[in-house]
Amino acid sequence: MKKVYIKEDVCIGCGLCEVYCRLKHSRSKDLVKAYKKETPRPLSRLRVDESGIVSLSVRCQHCDDAPCIGACLTGALSRDPSTSLVIVDEERCIGCGTCTLVCPLGIPKLDTAQKKMVKCDLCQDEEIPVCVANCPNEALLYAEVEEALT
Amino acid sequence: MVATRKIKYLIIGNSAGGIGAAEAIREVDKAGAITIVSDEPYPTYSRPLISEYLAHPYPVEKMVYRQSDFYEKNKIKTLLGEKVIQVNPDKHTVKLENGTTLVWQKLLLATGGTPIFPEMEGNRLKGVFTFNKLDDARAIDGFLNQYRNRVRAVVIGGGLIGVSVTEALLRRGVEVTVVEMKDWVLNTILDEEAADFEAQALVHAGTNIITGHTAEKINSYLPGEVSGVTLDDGRVLSCQMAIIAIGVQSRLEVVAESGIKINRGIVVDRRMATSAPDIYACGDVAEAFDFVYGVNRLTPVWPNAYEGGRVAGLNMAGKPAKYQGGTAMNALKYFGVYIASAGLVTPPDDSYQTLINRYDGIYRKVIIKKGKLAGLVFAGDIEKSGIVYNLMKDGVDVSSFKEALVADDFGLASLPESIWKDRLESSPPEGVPVITSIEKPEELVIGD
Repeated sequence: MKKVYIKEDVCIGCGLCEVYCRLKHSRSKDLVKAYKKETPRPLSRLRVDESGIVSLSVRCQHCDDAPCIGACLTGALSRDPSTSLVIVDEERCIGCGTCTLVCPLGIPKLDTAQKKMVKCDLCQDEEIPVCVANCPNEALLYAEVEEALT
Repeated sequence: MVATRKIKYLIIGNSAGGIGAAEAIREVDKAGAITIVSDEPYPTYSRPLISEYLAHPYPVEKMVYRQSDFYEKNKIKTLLGEKVIQVNPDKHTVKLENGTTLVWQKLLLATGGTPIFPEMEGNRLKGVFTFNKLDDARAIDGFLNQYRNRVRAVVIGGGLIGVSVTEALLRRGVEVTVVEMKDWVLNTILDEEAADFEAQALVHAGTNIITGHTAEKINSYLPGEVSGVTLDDGRVLSCQMAIIAIGVQSRLEVVAESGIKINRGIVVDRRMATSAPDIYACGDVAEAFDFVYGVNRLTPVWPNAYEGGRVAGLNMAGKPAKYQGGTAMNALKYFGVYIASAGLVTPPDDSYQTLINRYDGIYRKVIIKKGKLAGLVFAGDIEKSGIVYNLMKDGVDVSSFKEALVADDFGLASLPESIWKDRLESSPPEGVPVITSIEKPEELVIGD
């Protein structure tokens, strides 16, 4: 499987990854509507954390030991056997936030309007995740994880 | 009747702990016979969803904790609706209520908890319920369906179960009074300030909350039926139903005479093994390591049950695994108010330091002892709570950046570089092809 790696020394915290993520998950696929009009408001699956000169574009890492899967109260989170990604069954998710509490990155986002958690699926229907594709500074890299090569 | 064939792995309990163990066993041992026994007649379902079920409309099919082919796919035999009455560690057997004896090689006790049911006048009346499993929700649902008029309920106990049933009852149009013995609701998992977020939401939704009092007896004017609850100050609350939600205790009856070491729960080591050979325990019935207190304690929450079950399962299947420990931890969203808490929520003495920040309706608190986190409460916005929870779980010394943990702009970047580097995949493995941005600006949507 591939993952998104961050090259934090060239990340300038412009936030375009968040913008494109939100756009990608909007229904209108229109930037102005996605930010101002669409209800429920589409949410970015990733987050840019900043402190001083450090900025980090953070998203689900699809961890090997994914604590969110074990902690999920309803069984909505699981690992997709074909892609190895951590996926959420939105039908069964109640948006309780237990996944957010156990995630080392605190990344599971709660869509409070829909009462669901939303998460990164590495844009399965795109060749390259939109955050990577639209990073102006090439601070996001999309590459195969090592295990898959060996 | 004695079954002669030995079951390699016998699991008592079909909820988070039992399923966690079964899944872990199958990762290691693809073929060894697994049997799950449960006195509930249902395939594994999510207990926390019983309030959604009661609130309506929530189909029971959506409550499944694992997909319907789970047992078949993992070659797990189930004995559902069968109750284990006795465990015999020496003979490696268990006795079922129907007279059958099962012989096992490795046994997991994941029997869970049961509501504490106090000796109280009127506790056997029709209209008195507990709220712990699907059948309880079904019974309450059936009771409510008999009434056309508005029903009044008294919920005795303002803990998680009490608040959870209250939310469901309100959504069913029931008029609810919650009676809590201590000074605020949810007092075991929230400090007063965070609990107030919840209390305000409860009151706003129409709940009547009475704190600092207990129920003395349940009254009956019509024979056999609930008509009200009398409090310790003599006040009488009129109602048609009473929900007893004063707490949960470990279900220890199957091991009562087995000689297995018990304190408040079954005592287990870091491998989730009990004092008896080949017997493991996890979940609400087990007293396992709590990483905040540094001792064994009951931490009856779903994620710990699954994790403990997983560790037990790996060890049962012969793959050594150690339980990192759990602690009390809860994420709540009653009435749309999001709160997360873990570990201590109020410092027990002044050797602890408390840091608090309040802004824009958000409340954040961390409790620190000797540089290490001992507790957290996030209310209003729980995103990023996981960052703090994991610093606590990993025992990281936070002295040098503790103020940042509650700051408005807290995030991964607020932590020392060595910590966030460790948590992020910052460089791809060497030699793999790397894809970066597509350099076709005309395709960008911005600037169209």
